[in-house]
Amino acid sequence: MNPAESHPLPEETSAPGPRVKIVGVGTAGLRAVEHLAARAAGALPLAVVHTDARLLQQCAVAERVLLGEALTRGWRAGDPDVARAVAEGETERLQALAAGADLLLVVAGLGGSTGSGVTPVLARVARDQGCLVLGVVTTPLELEGRHRARQAEEALRRCHTAADAVVVLPNQRVIRLVGEDCLLQEAFDRVNDVLAEGLLGLTRLAAGRGIVSVGFAELCETLRGRHSESVLATGEAAGEGRVREAWKRVLACPFLGGAETLAQAQNVLLWVEAGSLPLKELSHVMEEAARHCDDRNILMGAATDPALGDRLRLVLVGAVHSHADAPAWTPPPEDPETEIVERPASSAEREPPRARRFVPPPPKLTPEETARLFAENKRKGKQRKTASPRNVQFMLPLEVVRKERFEKCDPTRYRGEDLDVPTFVRRGVRLN
Amino acid sequence: MFKPSHHIIVGLELGTSKICVVVGALSHEGVLNIIAVGQHKSRGVRKGEIVDHDLASEDVREALRQAEEMAELRIRSVYLGVTGAHIKGFTNRGRHHLPPPERQVTEADIEDVGHNACALGLPAEREVLHVFRQHYVLDGRGGILNPIGLTGEVLELDVHVIHGHSERLKTPINLVRQAQIDIEEVVFNGIGSSLAVLTPQQKDLGALVIDLGAGATEYVVYAGRVVRHSGVLAVGGDHVTNDLAYGLRLSQSHAEQLKVEHGAALMAPEVRGRTLALQANGLESDTVSLENLHRIMSLRLRETLDIIAEDVDRTGLLSFLRAGVVLCGGGARIPGICQLAQEVFGLPATVATCRDLGGQAASLDQPEFATGIGLVRFGATRVGQRRSAGLMARLASKVGGLLNKTAKP
Repeated sequence: MNPAESHPLPEETSAPGPRVKIVGVGTAGLRAVEHLAARAAGALPLAVVHTDARLLQQCAVAERVLLGEALTRGWRAGDPDVARAVAEGETERLQALAAGADLLLVVAGLGGSTGSGVTPVLARVARDQGCLVLGVVTTPLELEGRHRARQAEEALRRCHTAADAVVVLPNQRVIRLVGEDCLLQEAFDRVNDVLAEGLLGLTRLAAGRGIVSVGFAELCETLRGRHSESVLATGEAAGEGRVREAWKRVLACPFLGGAETLAQAQNVLLWVEAGSLPLKELSHVMEEAARHCDDRNILMGAATDPALGDRLRLVLVGAVHSHADAPAWTPPPEDPETEIVERPASSAEREPPRARRFVPPPPKLTPEETARLFAENKRKGKQRKTASPRNVQFMLPLEVVRKERFEKCDPTRYRGEDLDVPTFVRRGVRLN
Repeated sequence: MFKPSHHIIVGLELGTSKICVVVGALSHEGVLNIIAVGQHKSRGVRKGEIVDHDLASEDVREALRQAEEMAELRIRSVYLGVTGAHIKGFTNRGRHHLPPPERQVTEADIEDVGHNACALGLPAEREVLHVFRQHYVLDGRGGILNPIGLTGEVLELDVHVIHGHSERLKTPINLVRQAQIDIEEVVFNGIGSSLAVLTPQQKDLGALVIDLGAGATEYVVYAGRVVRHSGVLAVGGDHVTNDLAYGLRLSQSHAEQLKVEHGAALMAPEVRGRTLALQANGLESDTVSLENLHRIMSLRLRETLDIIAEDVDRTGLLSFLRAGVVLCGGGARIPGICQLAQEVFGLPATVATCRDLGGQAASLDQPEFATGIGLVRFGATRVGQRRSAGLMARLASKVGGLLNKTAKP
């Protein structure tokens, strides 16, 4: 299945719709954008940013930005810190890159040098210009080693701070889909496939020309300023039972990490597209949606596209629950985050950018808080905020007890909650 | 012991806590006597569905053997009760244009509109269990029970359809067949329970039957003598036990014992700060907080009832239930459950008694047996229909609309 080939993206019209731009950063981002260009046949404004002159030369994408030529001589930055310094030194070029776009999708592979270093800077610069910035990033495979994983964690934290929202595609999850026997090249092709599908889904949603309209405005509403973990999933199916099949694909989508993540989503945008869309199917879609997340949080949009023929496509975007009891992020000034936050000195002379909006100061974290946030990101799906050490102790037997009795059956879900988990735990009632 | 004219009807419930076989004898005069019960602890069922085929099969055979010994007969066929999260109910409307020039509703029209109402467009893997006729609508005029002889242009029929996942239905069916037992019909447990516990008056006034089982909670709404709504929530007494085991750090069996002996559905002010001494090997080893026990239970039970209330409320039927809420199943034994249900639904709530029981009525009038008895009662209405169809075919055809009310069209 290759959706982009047979149904072209919404064509450019003269009426100014939201302008979407996709920028690939670093080697992985560059490959992903190339892959996308091959599929979408140039219908989208694409750009790539790298510190490696040779890779950029070979790249087929029209808009290419080489950073730090003076410093690295075009031989790529070997370290995320170097890449970040290079990007901070050339913010004007990044500003030019984001100019004119309403939605900037930054694609990068975290864990390397350029992707990890430049992505947060680009995201921040674009946000300052009034773009809605959505990071679509991959995290390295386990076999790539601890060093890369640590760099990716660090970069992801910075991306969360800088971008409006970040969608994470752990490559490890994709590998689980293709199996261990797969060739490395094939595996990365698969990652690029998934990325491309997700990106195309987002651009379609942002274009938002539907019967029941959901578009850029709603996307902003869902994602803007949350700095949150986001979910993105796409699914497509044809023929008898296509709604069910499409939902199955959505839930299997490696971006998503299973139904548990979806259950925690706070706001969900659901985009339904098909050649023709009977009311019955649409209600079936919504029924399924209500099974997996709280239906009070779902915003649905629907469109018909004759090019789709018999197929039905679902695109789902959401922001994951932020915990109400999470303490406010108040950082000490010596936190390394400040170097991202501070504007470069040149911004004073710069003209005020178009469509400037209020950007709340990015949250800053103490080391303990960041450590905790990461721990949470890692075990998303079963997270519950634990405020006191007593509760931490308390959480431990949960898995054991729960599985003992209900391990052999499907979890009972209602409005995104797993009813097999004791009610008092879900409600956070303290026992004395 | 029983004359050949007695018709033996057996109901088999594959419950999460127990496998229950109820044997009834229907006399020629239409009197139903319960003559035997077999039951066995269920080990292979979770949330109302079979998870361990071999264990469940053993338990079923044992329960059947007990019932056969007690009734002194051989069980050849059963009405099988099923439940599980996959079972869903919804209401559908079928429409039929009355052919000119007569435009008078005949039996053929009734049949046609029934067929149309059953044309549902369900996905291929769904299997219809029951279709209940609700009301006929003639040219927009609703609430008609028997439209034969009336004239109009468009005849419509509302039906309540209960359907389940066909593969998941096959598991218990195959299990029973392997025990060399025929299946007369597969019945949704909720329907069984409601037949056992509701009087005709209650069905007419409107009632919500909630069967609080161990693995799943089934609910059925009757109003105006017809099934208006039904559903299953795969949360039951097992969840309460599990919550307690987790919250009080006990073993499952210990938690179950505490639930039965000291459980309550509402937090009473006087339990505040009270503790219970736990017995282990005859020695007092530890204490648990009674307050926490009640708090955990009441939270879970209230949530379960809240979810049901929300679902029923969505259909707009809650204000039509003048006979209130009727609770059955093992969960109906929890002290205070009626008050809790009254609070949640804002309706009077009672614990069910199985009505009109002949035979071993006293020993069986317990809320746990409602489903088993209801299955027998379901069978009895079927047999009754068949008899009347055979003997009084002509008369039956005249009142066909009424008799068909609970029959599959």
